[in-house]
Amino acid sequence: MASAVRPAAVAMRHIHKRFGAVHANRDVALTVCAGTVHGIVGENGAGKSTLMSILYGHYRADGGEIEIEGRPATIRSSRDAIALGIGMVHQHFMLVDTLSALDNAMLGAEPHWRLRPARREMRERLDALMRDTGMNVDLDALVADLPVGERQRLEILKALARGARILILDEPTAVLTPRETAALFATLSSLRERGTTILLITHKLKEIMTLCDAVTVMRGGQVVLDRAIADTSLDGLAEAMVGRRVDGGRGDTPDAVPGDVLLQASGLGWTDALGVARLADVSLALRAGEIVGVAGVSGNGQSELLDVLAGLLVPTTGRMQVGARHFTPAHWIDPRQARDLRIAHVPEDRQRRGLVLPFDAWESAVLGYQRQPRYNRAGWMRQRAMRDDCAAMMERYDVRPRDPFLRSSRFSGGNQQKLVLAREAVREPLVLLAGQPTRGVDVGAVRFIHGRLRALRDAGGAVMVVSSERDEILALSDRVIVMNAGRIAGELPIAQCSEHALGRLMGGAGHARPRTR
Amino acid sequence: MDEVLVGTIVASTLRVSVPLILCALAGVLCERSGVIDLGLEGKMLFTAFTTAAIGVASGSLLLALAAALTVGVLLSMLHGYACVSHGGDQVVLGMAITMTAAGLTVVLGIAWFAEGGQTPPVPDSVRPGGWFGGIGARAAQLPVVGPAFALAFFGHNPFVYLALVLVAGVWWLLYRTRFGLRLRAAGENPAMVDAAGVSVLRLRYQALALNGLLSGLAGAYLVLAQNPSFIPHMTAGRGYMALAAMIFGKWHPVGALWACLLFGFLDAVSIRLQGAETPLLGAVPVQAIQALPYLMTVVLLAGFIGRAVAPKALGRPYVKES
Amino acid sequence: MSQPVELPRWMDVAVLPAVNLAFALLMAGAVVALVGFEPGQVLGLLVKGAFGSKAGISYTLYYATTFVFTGLAVAVAFHGGLFNIGGEGQAIMGGLGAGLVALAFGAHLPAWAMLPLMVLAAGLFGMTWAAVPGALQAWRGSHIVIATIMFNFIAAALLSYLLGHALKEPGNMSPESRAFAASARLPGMHEALAWLGIAWPRTPLNLSLLLAVAAAAGVYLALWKSAPGYALRAFGFAPDAARYAGMRPRRVILASMAASGALAGMVGVNEIAGVHGRLLPDFVAGAGFAGIAVGLIGRNHPAGIVLAALLFGALHQGGSELAFEISGFSRDMVFMLQGLIVLFAGAMAQVAAPGLARAWRLVSLPRGGRHG
Repeated sequence: MASAVRPAAVAMRHIHKRFGAVHANRDVALTVCAGTVHGIVGENGAGKSTLMSILYGHYRADGGEIEIEGRPATIRSSRDAIALGIGMVHQHFMLVDTLSALDNAMLGAEPHWRLRPARREMRERLDALMRDTGMNVDLDALVADLPVGERQRLEILKALARGARILILDEPTAVLTPRETAALFATLSSLRERGTTILLITHKLKEIMTLCDAVTVMRGGQVVLDRAIADTSLDGLAEAMVGRRVDGGRGDTPDAVPGDVLLQASGLGWTDALGVARLADVSLALRAGEIVGVAGVSGNGQSELLDVLAGLLVPTTGRMQVGARHFTPAHWIDPRQARDLRIAHVPEDRQRRGLVLPFDAWESAVLGYQRQPRYNRAGWMRQRAMRDDCAAMMERYDVRPRDPFLRSSRFSGGNQQKLVLAREAVREPLVLLAGQPTRGVDVGAVRFIHGRLRALRDAGGAVMVVSSERDEILALSDRVIVMNAGRIAGELPIAQCSEHALGRLMGGAGHARPRTR
Repeated sequence: MDEVLVGTIVASTLRVSVPLILCALAGVLCERSGVIDLGLEGKMLFTAFTTAAIGVASGSLLLALAAALTVGVLLSMLHGYACVSHGGDQVVLGMAITMTAAGLTVVLGIAWFAEGGQTPPVPDSVRPGGWFGGIGARAAQLPVVGPAFALAFFGHNPFVYLALVLVAGVWWLLYRTRFGLRLRAAGENPAMVDAAGVSVLRLRYQALALNGLLSGLAGAYLVLAQNPSFIPHMTAGRGYMALAAMIFGKWHPVGALWACLLFGFLDAVSIRLQGAETPLLGAVPVQAIQALPYLMTVVLLAGFIGRAVAPKALGRPYVKES
Repeated sequence: MSQPVELPRWMDVAVLPAVNLAFALLMAGAVVALVGFEPGQVLGLLVKGAFGSKAGISYTLYYATTFVFTGLAVAVAFHGGLFNIGGEGQAIMGGLGAGLVALAFGAHLPAWAMLPLMVLAAGLFGMTWAAVPGALQAWRGSHIVIATIMFNFIAAALLSYLLGHALKEPGNMSPESRAFAASARLPGMHEALAWLGIAWPRTPLNLSLLLAVAAAAGVYLALWKSAPGYALRAFGFAPDAARYAGMRPRRVILASMAASGALAGMVGVNEIAGVHGRLLPDFVAGAGFAGIAVGLIGRNHPAGIVLAALLFGALHQGGSELAFEISGFSRDMVFMLQGLIVLFAGAMAQVAAPGLARAWRLVSLPRGGRHG
């Protein structure tokens, strides 16, 4: 709210942005008071990243206006944004590993064309900033040697050194430990004291309640809630974030009676190259005749979990058992073995992994199965069998057009997805791992795909669906696992899973265990 | 050992290394910004031909040099247009430049000079003479090392001294200026440079312009100092050897200098060593010494003598995500 | 290599290379005119030289044979997502392999045993020379382009050494090996045709032409009809999808380089076993680089490569004739044209393709768009 003393730091009105058919921002309005911490919350695809990218100059809005500190502003590039006093700390740090922290901080705004005097002056400036804000970074260390928390501080210092009065942080705690998170919050509070305006993009509701003065919740490209923190609650935010459930999603499906455990994983953990634990202590069991939904905002370990189970990633710790086979990190499963054990995998990224876009449909339809005896006679491909099977798959899974010779890239997203699903499900696998099975798929195809997944479950298969669509989770699952920060935040049977409880778990608020019957 | 021999070998090494040094510096600047340069051989060939042709036609050193530098920059701008602006394959472009140069220089040479592809010799008045000869004569008076010292370091063609100065110059540019910092960053993480408000495209074009100037100097040297006539294929693979030296020097101007001197030393010494008996290996065939720079680079590539880590964004055209 | 632009298949296969070829020819024509010749006359004489006589056709086919091998080598590696510039060195090693076998066993074995052995040796030597850089890339991450360039020079040095020392024919002034025994020589086409009662002038054209045709057919079948070929193409297009499908990247890289090197090695069969009948220096003479141009124009498909190889064979033979007929003309025109083709069809392909795609869209839009 603009006060009589200071105009709003950021005022965005009627912002529209489309990417092809996707309406990323729809008549969005955002007003951020100066010297406050303003949270921007939403699930993936809600439009918050797009909005901030427009503010920082990565994209140009299709319509609407922006005012910075009361003055109208045209932001065409990062340069313009920086000149206006806007700084951004990206989710994936914009740093050069082989250069020192000092060099990284001054790049693009070096005080002098010769580096020696530039470094001297920059060092003074940064030292002063570090004293002021309490943030410490070893300026002479190579970024490659800095721990993640320090790299983030460097990013913030870099923005401040450029004169940023408005700081945007995109999911800053995604890579931090709880202790580093607390340190960050302390820093942000002290920055607020100094008069810096902070925009915090996050999906973690607890953080919002702890740190922010005001919050804007986005869903489906629009703003659904916008008020001061004092006027809202955690539950209120959760509900706004996930919204009303679409009726008729579940229909009259009978409760599943799960059978034997087909896949058991325990203690899975994986740490990435930066030392961040993307998976920690994840244990789950997939049973025959059951659909397990893995919910959670994208980036909380679901992708890594899928890759580990499918054999594309070797975990640092943990074990897995499939039938009589045991796997440990020293001898982890690989995709070929997975298929031999009748584990099928519909990957999250259908265009880069699920299909070979320049291949004809029939060639993509055997991807992963090209060595099966039916298709392979001593190295010679039995193309007639492949094409016939492709045609049959297309028929059963309503892939249009029904042309096995059409290039894979020429199918629409929904039909590509159906083709991939057809390939993986048609052999009646024991376990089907599906990642975002209806991402970018039209409504009719969504219903069809859901129907096929249920059919697989009814035939006795174990299905695991990873989805960031809360509706989908609720519609399909017999049991729901929610992931947050690489861990399982909660596990509930569907009956105990209200959209409210789900929202809270996805927002990182609280832990849930199934109530015993 | 005969000190005159030592002096002569050092002198030979320096002279032979000059085109390597200049091309390696060109490669360092280009590749550090993220653009692969496999066209050094072709650029050097084209500019050598230009120097000879203009030198003979105009009789002016200045004009010949200016022409060579211009041609070098034009070729590098072609490189930029195809690869930086349009994302064309950088390896293929380098090959294209080299292959076209090999043919076109001979075609033009025959057409304009009718000597089977060779140009007539560039007159001596155009070619620069040795510098610091006077100081050299006085240095020769020093006790013991005097004659060898004088032979080794004085009286060289000015290009030799220029090359050494340019090594320092490129080093200073890369590590002591704002431009160099940004250029190095562009070769590692162009997205970061872009987000910091600096144009990656412009940086790469600037690097390519310098690359053109340096490879132009290398070509000019061949004709102005080594052989007064342009001879078809006179570069004889030195463009590739410069590339090997650049990798051997880990994309650092001073490292590249040492690698070029080493390769130059091997070249200078190969004729003398031919047939000579060495303690362990017996008679060393000249081809073994000729192959040594390439063998050493392969060993380095395989990681057996330390790692040569290329700039992270090398070879990948930068496309803004919009 | 570069990102493909979405063009309808027939445009990608036929129109795009034709357009790029046209650009290159136009530029070459401009140079020809610049140096004082009449492009039309030059073209006419070139065609006559290449196809106008039995001898001309034979020479054209002989050159084409070598280009088929090196073009296929580039294509196979390219389908696996790799750029093999080491064709020169691999061809040298192939020739060396055939030659060493010939020198060692030529006197002791009959032709029906010798010749297949030589082909095998040529393939193995070429294969190894490509597999080592391939392994360096796959296991050590070293860039294959640099490694293969280095290996080209090392191969040249090795050949030069062997020809000057261990293999040198005593009493011969030039660095060459002694001539192979008769059983180690691939019959020339004129000899083969004579058996069939057809009179044919004596030219370097030999039976390795059949080997080239067989190789082209074999590469086609392997790439599009066999499981390893499927794996190779999938990996070249989409390494992530290939890993998802259970393929092992290192093995694919190694296999594709090995196959590529073996094909390049076959040049040795044509030149050493077929033409010269002894080992001598510089028998490859830039064929490895010509292979890059052939692969680019042939769109990396065996059928296209055969056609492109014929084109280049014609250019080389026509160029030779022109050099003979017109004073001041040299074969370097052909080398220049080669470079221009690599420039326009390779590096600048991205410049022409979007323009073509736009033109196509303008033309095709009224007739309806994509499949939904």
